[in-house]
Amino acid sequence: MGKKIMIVGCDPKADSCRLILGGLAQRTVLDTLREEGDDIELEKIMKTGFAGIRCVESGGPEPGVGCAGRGIITSINLLEQLGAYTDDLDYVFYDVLGDVVCGGFAMPIREGKAKEIYIVCSGEMMALYAANNISKGIRKYAETGGVRLGGLICNSRKVEGEAELVASVAKELGTQMIHFVPRDNMVQQAEIRRKTVIEHIPDCDQADEYRTLAKKIDGNDMFVIPKPMKQERLEQLLMEHGLMD
Amino acid sequence: MLDATPKKIVDRTALRVNPCKTCQPVGAMYCALGVHQCMPHSHGSQGCCSYHRTVLSRHFKEPAIATTSSFTEGACVFGGGSNLKKAVKNIFETYDPYIIAVHTTCLSETIGDDLKSYIDEIDIPAGKLVIHTNTPSYIGSHITGFGNMMCGFINYLSKKSNTVSDKIGIFPGFVNPGDMRELKRLATSMEAKYIMFPDTSDVMDAPNKGTYQMYPKGGTTVAEIKELGSVRKVLGLGTIVSKPAAEKLKVKCGVDFDLVPYPIGIRATDTYLMKLSHLYKTEIPAAIADERGRVLDGMIDAQQYFAGKKVAVYGDPDTVLGIAAFCLELGMIPYYMITGTPSDAFEKEGAALFEGYDVKPGVIKANADLFYMQQLIKNDPVELLIGNTHGKLIAKAEDIPIVRAGFPVMDRYFGAEQPIVGYRGAMRLAEMILNALLDRKDRDADDTDLELVL
Repeated sequence: MGKKIMIVGCDPKADSCRLILGGLAQRTVLDTLREEGDDIELEKIMKTGFAGIRCVESGGPEPGVGCAGRGIITSINLLEQLGAYTDDLDYVFYDVLGDVVCGGFAMPIREGKAKEIYIVCSGEMMALYAANNISKGIRKYAETGGVRLGGLICNSRKVEGEAELVASVAKELGTQMIHFVPRDNMVQQAEIRRKTVIEHIPDCDQADEYRTLAKKIDGNDMFVIPKPMKQERLEQLLMEHGLMD
Repeated sequence: MLDATPKKIVDRTALRVNPCKTCQPVGAMYCALGVHQCMPHSHGSQGCCSYHRTVLSRHFKEPAIATTSSFTEGACVFGGGSNLKKAVKNIFETYDPYIIAVHTTCLSETIGDDLKSYIDEIDIPAGKLVIHTNTPSYIGSHITGFGNMMCGFINYLSKKSNTVSDKIGIFPGFVNPGDMRELKRLATSMEAKYIMFPDTSDVMDAPNKGTYQMYPKGGTTVAEIKELGSVRKVLGLGTIVSKPAAEKLKVKCGVDFDLVPYPIGIRATDTYLMKLSHLYKTEIPAAIADERGRVLDGMIDAQQYFAGKKVAVYGDPDTVLGIAAFCLELGMIPYYMITGTPSDAFEKEGAALFEGYDVKPGVIKANADLFYMQQLIKNDPVELLIGNTHGKLIAKAEDIPIVRAGFPVMDRYFGAEQPIVGYRGAMRLAEMILNALLDRKDRDADDTDLELVL
């Protein structure tokens, strides 16, 4: 679609941009900070990958020490200081953890950074629990900032009745299932080759699914403050759809 | 002055105004200063350390040495391990203490720094020691931090032994060096063999002899803290502040303990001396009995001025309990007893003080603040405040005389060097109280009623 994109990976594992850059090729913001001190240049932490996408990985402390949440705050603040957010960008993607565990991980949805949130989930229980939890985080910040929920993206795990279940959870949250991405082994094959599906086999069906998703997001006009469910209601929904047949 | 304090009291759960307590590390730092050749170390950002040192210096009018891990944003994200490692190396090289006592701060607690494993990994110079304790200030107060640091020392150092020594351990609690000196004098006069832990006398009241000594002669030695594991008994003064350390030593080394109130006033000093008398089979020396008699004599002489006076006592829990008990002995009514330190025992023990007296308390409350105390006073006034400097604004706003005692007293001098414990301390405290009451009486008297003789 030719849009100018930046991806900010906010997962301490730092694997958000792996497929765009063709491997874990990037030094994270926090690694750079640790080794070089506060005086950092933008080129050191931002790399350009497939289709001109600019990639930044926040990174984190070594597992089990320090504070990864504070790390995300530090790196996003640093990106702002360094002027990474240029006007020619059409989209900035923040890839955040499936659970908003603390204020740090909520940083991208605070203070009007991200405007639209899309929750990637599947029809599995834990994914929907997490989706409901993230909705609580969004609602908290939606009232003070401008952030809105744009929809759920169902990344299929081939659970029975998956599309219906995710669609009804989306409805209950007051949003939509914006796209159902079917499961295809093509994804794993592309991952092994350190590429996205679109780069690896541009003309396959799965690549078209991603293009459709991109178009839907680009044309989306349904932005809501989600209504998170009580635990009981969520479990009830799971039961209804899980026990259908 | 404090014009915004409303008379109407509403329940508050989150907000504290003029909180009547301070951070855990203040207590931890004070405790560590009571160990000979010890450098207190604050594992956090520099501001924490500066503030805690300032609080101590303002009260004791002495330098309060301490070092810091100097956290920056990086340390906060990556953990403070490398900062501590570097700090320990620098401290031993630059300041050459015998032992470093590390306490944590809210920041290092929140990111979850594991001090035990950090210290295990540090290459500590031969013959030197590093110990630690956890002091998150979102729990408890400086009193909690003081107890936690005592536990830290005991945890790392005290050794259980098969032979029981003839010594006892005396935990003085969070009191002034002047108090510790007096407690030691009384114990020595009872022929007790004791280890006082911690002991800030000759540290936080070190005499000026023309040269600065980073590590003055005072303080419990590391050898003595090790030996605490084999003493025959621990006498913990301050049933609240000394309890955690006494229990820790009991669990670790099997040392029995007795907890008694701070020896403030007649009865509590009697208790302290009688405990020592039982342990060492000694009679109360005549000189000490005379001291007791002299205070009693003065108390009776001035009885008419003490009798029935309503007082608000505030500050640290054991100090408030001690002073309130003495107020009752003087015939006054400790009408409000307020501490900022959370403690269920405080309210129970406070109420128990009134048993046998024909008066009733107004409010006894822990985990409270001085804003609340001022509101209480607006609704039902008292005639005297006894507590730390933070009450002076209320004293001025409500036009009530104030006697400074407890911690911190930042606006008067010569306080930390002198006791309020023991019979001598009782006499000093009684004199301060009486002077405040009589100064007020003189001030308020019409010219025709101003008495020359009181």
